[in-house]
Amino acid sequence: MTVPSTSSRFKANVSQALADERLQGALPHARNFAGARAAAVARLPEFEALRDSARAIKDHTLAHLDLYLEAFERKATEAGGQVHYARDAAEATATIVDLCKARGARTVVKGKSMISEEIGLNAALERAGIAAVETDLGEYAIQLRDERPSHIIAPAIHLTRKDFEAEFRRAHRDLPADRDLSRPEQLLGEARAVLRDKFLSAEVGVTGANFLVAETGASIIVTNEGNGDLAQVLPKVHVVVASIEKLVPTLNDAAQILRVLARSATGQDMAVYTTIAVGPRRPGDPDGPEEWHVVLVDNGRSAMLGSPFKDMLRCIRCGACMNHCPVYLAVGGHAYGWIYPGPMGAVLTPALLGVAEGGQLPNASTLCGRCEAVCPTRIPLPRMMRQWREREFARRLTPAPARFALGLWAFFAKRPALYRLSSDLATRLLHLVGRARGRFSWLPFARGWTRSRDLAAPQGATFQSRWRAKSGRVK
Amino acid sequence: MENVVAAETAKPPTRVGLFVTCLVDLVRPSVGFAAVKLLEDAGCEVVVPSQSCCGQPAYNSGDRATARAIALKVIDAFAGCDYVVAPSGSCAGMLAKHYPELFADEPELMRQAAAFAAKCCELTSFLVDRLGVKTVAARYEGVAAYHDSCAGLREMGVKNQPRELLASVEGLRLVDLPEGEECCGFGGLFSVKYGELSDAIVGRKASDVAASGADTLLAGDLGCLMNIAGKLQRQGRAVKARHVAEVLAGMTDEPPIGEAAARVKP
Amino acid sequence: MSARDEIFGAIRRSLGVAGDEAPRRATVEARLAHAPAGIVPRRGQGEPAERVATFKAEAALAQASVAEVAEAADVPAEIARFLGENHLPATLRFGEDARLAAMPWEATGLELSRGPSDGDDANAASVAFASVAESGTLALVSGADNPTTLSFLPNTHFVVVFAVDVVGDYESVFTKLRAAHGVGAAPRTVNFITGPSRSADIEETLLLGAHGPRRLHIVVVGAP
Repeated sequence: MTVPSTSSRFKANVSQALADERLQGALPHARNFAGARAAAVARLPEFEALRDSARAIKDHTLAHLDLYLEAFERKATEAGGQVHYARDAAEATATIVDLCKARGARTVVKGKSMISEEIGLNAALERAGIAAVETDLGEYAIQLRDERPSHIIAPAIHLTRKDFEAEFRRAHRDLPADRDLSRPEQLLGEARAVLRDKFLSAEVGVTGANFLVAETGASIIVTNEGNGDLAQVLPKVHVVVASIEKLVPTLNDAAQILRVLARSATGQDMAVYTTIAVGPRRPGDPDGPEEWHVVLVDNGRSAMLGSPFKDMLRCIRCGACMNHCPVYLAVGGHAYGWIYPGPMGAVLTPALLGVAEGGQLPNASTLCGRCEAVCPTRIPLPRMMRQWREREFARRLTPAPARFALGLWAFFAKRPALYRLSSDLATRLLHLVGRARGRFSWLPFARGWTRSRDLAAPQGATFQSRWRAKSGRVK
Repeated sequence: MENVVAAETAKPPTRVGLFVTCLVDLVRPSVGFAAVKLLEDAGCEVVVPSQSCCGQPAYNSGDRATARAIALKVIDAFAGCDYVVAPSGSCAGMLAKHYPELFADEPELMRQAAAFAAKCCELTSFLVDRLGVKTVAARYEGVAAYHDSCAGLREMGVKNQPRELLASVEGLRLVDLPEGEECCGFGGLFSVKYGELSDAIVGRKASDVAASGADTLLAGDLGCLMNIAGKLQRQGRAVKARHVAEVLAGMTDEPPIGEAAARVKP
Repeated sequence: MSARDEIFGAIRRSLGVAGDEAPRRATVEARLAHAPAGIVPRRGQGEPAERVATFKAEAALAQASVAEVAEAADVPAEIARFLGENHLPATLRFGEDARLAAMPWEATGLELSRGPSDGDDANAASVAFASVAESGTLALVSGADNPTTLSFLPNTHFVVVFAVDVVGDYESVFTKLRAAHGVGAAPRTVNFITGPSRSADIEETLLLGAHGPRRLHIVVVGAP
């Protein structure tokens, strides 16, 4: 039970995205991340070793997840926090809505949290008559547009400056209509002022967690804006919502992974704010929340742990994979149709939604391998995409025409002698048909190609038949 | 003319099984003959066992059973070879990196697949890394952009080797492509199954090639070449696409990819 | 069965364990107790003077400004100078940190206030618990001495860093924290701050002062 998806209509989404001129104008900005990451990596000789370290820590934690969760809960509770468990999205949102209602909350300020998108928290709060205000600048803008994030680090990367201006003018009606918003600094200043009021008046702050630390029962959030920090220090109630695989054993383990997180995401050595928080305010603290809650969400993770896709639980949500993916860079994040885009979304979506709903995504890949090459925890993304394809094939979910064509090809490919004979006939024929131009602008069964590209015609007889024809070289 | 080879002449010549690849076999056999020439010039004995395909179309479509059946046939067919060399990073990657994975749950077959995989190489890296070839005696007048295939780059470590050999081709100037490590959008069946998406990706690559000032596009994988050349030609751009083996072997009499014989005659 | 029970049951089924296996428990307990450090980059290491130099360079790369003064008594003048040169209001708020209280503020003429921020402060000052050379990062701890809100609400944030508190890496900060608060215990919040608040959400244009301070001015005091 989770938020709706259009992932099964991926091809239609792709067409729409390619035809969207505004989106195509904004997408090139996503290309900046790769160069920034490369520069940061070049500056840190230990980077590759840190990737191995991060991977090992995640694997170790997952192998002992039950015990680290117990330890986390113990520590968080000792520090005065309350830990809640949610099996699925509905249970998670109900828990948080109940907490808000118990406090008479009318406004919730939110730090950026992908799990909160996954469980549909904002909609659940709205249904309960509670205003959920996104405070990350990009998230705020897309909330005004009733859109989901299109990138897990830069949620509004699909928007232009003009889009921000249009939304702010539409939403901030009490500000002078003739004010100048032509420069990004002005937009930022306006958002800062508007949201400052929300921070100061909200009863509840909800943040996600980049890490949950078993050693001290703490959550760690990583932001550049400081909005997550204001959301967790100003309101009287702070709720952390995090999926169970966010656990790491100790602060030192977190430090290992932190060293590869920001570098992989934006090319910064560290994000501006890395905040470790545990429990409500202590006696003597002049600020901080009075109540601290952690909602631990399963929503499919415990099942993944025992599946061939458990390596996906190593994901630290850095976004490097999508920043280097030719598919993501061509169509952006919304085309993927659900919450998680890019290569990590292509593997995670079928795991959480099922292969019938999410199966298009792992198929829509050239398996170029760039994602795996940059993943800080070395997740074998192409291998898992192929494994999804194997599941689909085994469940006969591959469309019938494709299955038939593949079956026909396989029949010949498994019989080299027959293959040689029939392929030689076919290529000679195609050569005759195509030799005037040397290429085809149209060929049956190849419309996906020839619609927009020419297709080279064969040279005639196959290599193998020519080889055999050369005297003295028959094997 | 002979190439410089680091091998001793007293030993029997290295027996290389040419894995011609289905695209070369079916669409552009001249690449296969160029590969043979390069290998023979380097002192190898080349054999061509009866073959069909490496099995990637099945493997990448999730049909593991067919992929395994094909793999067993390939391993068997090339049993008598010291090396198996393919003019393709993608096919070489399938043989060298994925065949063992196909039999991961069967120790004896996996052992055979691993032993087989160890002798599989991509053409240019075989020449440079294994045989120590440093130069070729070829001539090609032109400015060429070299495209790195993803599998060649990331699975087989092919990057410098073709460039080193091309540097010795007289008359040839190499230019770099921006975002050179980014995929061309071919991806085998992806190019047809997700044609619109593939087209968007190759459109960008084709623009990069056109903007590079190159009159020639070279690569070590025919799939990438057919994809990029097909897009360039549909856009009416005059860039000649060839497999790197053709230029290295000095065998450029055949028309470039996708062009007709009649046009090339003077 | 409660949600908690179901989740733990599902995890243990997936892992193929019962949960009470002694070796696993021992492994986890050991790691939690000893918190082994992993790979620590060489960048922040070296002699104390090197570390301070690295800290300053890295902080500047993150768009913080950095000044050095010889002793704590010189801090107020430096802060007043910065405010004056940048045409910023002559006001300052800080917490109950005794080191700040002991500094000679009268001569600066700055209008001072004390305690956590109410959201309207132009400028605030804090003292860092420690600072990390490898990335120019400040570590600030919650509490009455340096309230957390001072690090986020004001437009300009001054952070006093005593050179002796500049360590090479994050692990060293955690060691100091464990020493100060005990193993497994912690203050409410530890903020690792690297540069002023920023956002690149609008067409990837880098802007400072998203929600937190627009300016971060670090004053390094003394020798290491």
